[in-house]
Amino acid sequence: MIDARGYSCPMPVVMVQKEVKAHAPQTLEVLVDDPCAVENITRFANNNGYTASARPDGGDAFALTLERKA
Amino acid sequence: MGKNRVLIVGTGVVVGLAALVLTAAGNPANMGFCIACFLRDIAGGLGLHSADKVQYLRPEIVGLVLGAMLAALAGREFRARAGSSPALRFVLGAIVMVGALAFLGCPLRMVIRLGGGDGTAIAGLLGFAAGIGVGVVFLQKGFSLGRAYTAKRADGFVLPGIMVAVLALLLIAPACIKFSQAGPGSKHALWLISLAGGLIVGALAQKSRLCMAGGLRDVFLFRDFHLVSGFIAIFLTVLVGNLVMNGFHPTLAVQPVAHHDYLWSFLGMGLVGWGSVLLGGCPLRQLILAGEGNGDSAVTVLGMLVGAALSHNFGMAGGADAMADGAFVPGGVALPGRIGIGIGLVLLLIISISALHKEDKAK
Repeated sequence: MIDARGYSCPMPVVMVQKEVKAHAPQTLEVLVDDPCAVENITRFANNNGYTASARPDGGDAFALTLERKA
Repeated sequence: MGKNRVLIVGTGVVVGLAALVLTAAGNPANMGFCIACFLRDIAGGLGLHSADKVQYLRPEIVGLVLGAMLAALAGREFRARAGSSPALRFVLGAIVMVGALAFLGCPLRMVIRLGGGDGTAIAGLLGFAAGIGVGVVFLQKGFSLGRAYTAKRADGFVLPGIMVAVLALLLIAPACIKFSQAGPGSKHALWLISLAGGLIVGALAQKSRLCMAGGLRDVFLFRDFHLVSGFIAIFLTVLVGNLVMNGFHPTLAVQPVAHHDYLWSFLGMGLVGWGSVLLGGCPLRQLILAGEGNGDSAVTVLGMLVGAALSHNFGMAGGADAMADGAFVPGGVALPGRIGIGIGLVLLLIISISALHKEDKAK
């Protein structure tokens, strides 16, 4: 899981990119608290063979789940 | 075209139109919208520097911040946050401004200049792209200014509050506020038109996340062309508008409020690109983030104001090409500006290396 809460763009998506490049995980959980990061990570996921879904995770936070497309 | 793509392209078109309208309404040529120039004018209007040709409290800046604030409040995206290396951000803001004022424009004005046929801005564009490339390398190596934290809600209203005060000072016009009688600072649209332009662009930029540096950064980092499409939309809108209104004058020198000192334009905008990547956004984006309640961006904007003042107090700002009595008087970046850019590059390197983190990895 990546905890990117508190980081502003582009840091959250850079952190996701590093994890995807290093391990190509089947699923990846990401915590963010910046709406801009939700959009950027979702776009990154869609452009890199993943689906992304976001849900509120208390307060300002969002939990994103990335799943590699079959 | 998805909804978000429509929003970013639409914002770019509106920014381009706003620049054309504001120029037609009185703003300097090829300077319908310029964050660096307008912050410099505000610094002059407040007496932070004494360059008497660039002093005016620009309502566009007020509108940008307040428009972003209103859009963020309406969309429930207003979040008071701070604590991500504010002192470093202050310095970075000042460095970005030194580079922009040596070039004579922020990334937004660079695009507007290009759309007016200003070939001297090509050197700035190349430098901007190169600076972003350097910043991206440090991002990939682990550069980070650290996490921000939830702050008191009042903290998020500091820069919007300052902007309300700036607007009040413009309208009341006490003797302590300076107004240029000649030069770029004397050229401005009616304050209400400027304010409206700022409010509209500020609200749209908040919704679309428009960022000039972010556009190229995302292309380099992720091969993501989303943000850069706004950048391109601004250019095309200004270009078409100038062609229609007979405002397109392609030359490689003697452009409005510009110089043909290509090397130092390249290096100046290199500072802007690199610094903007480290900050997470261009000068426009910093204003928008400050309007959303980001205290770190508010500090960055204050750093930009101080950087603007230092640029003029120390003679670091670029001088424009001019024609006097039919003779060409070349402008450019004088020795203090070259020293300022050199110091800025060294400081960016030190900051970039010192803020490399290894722990920002997946847990």
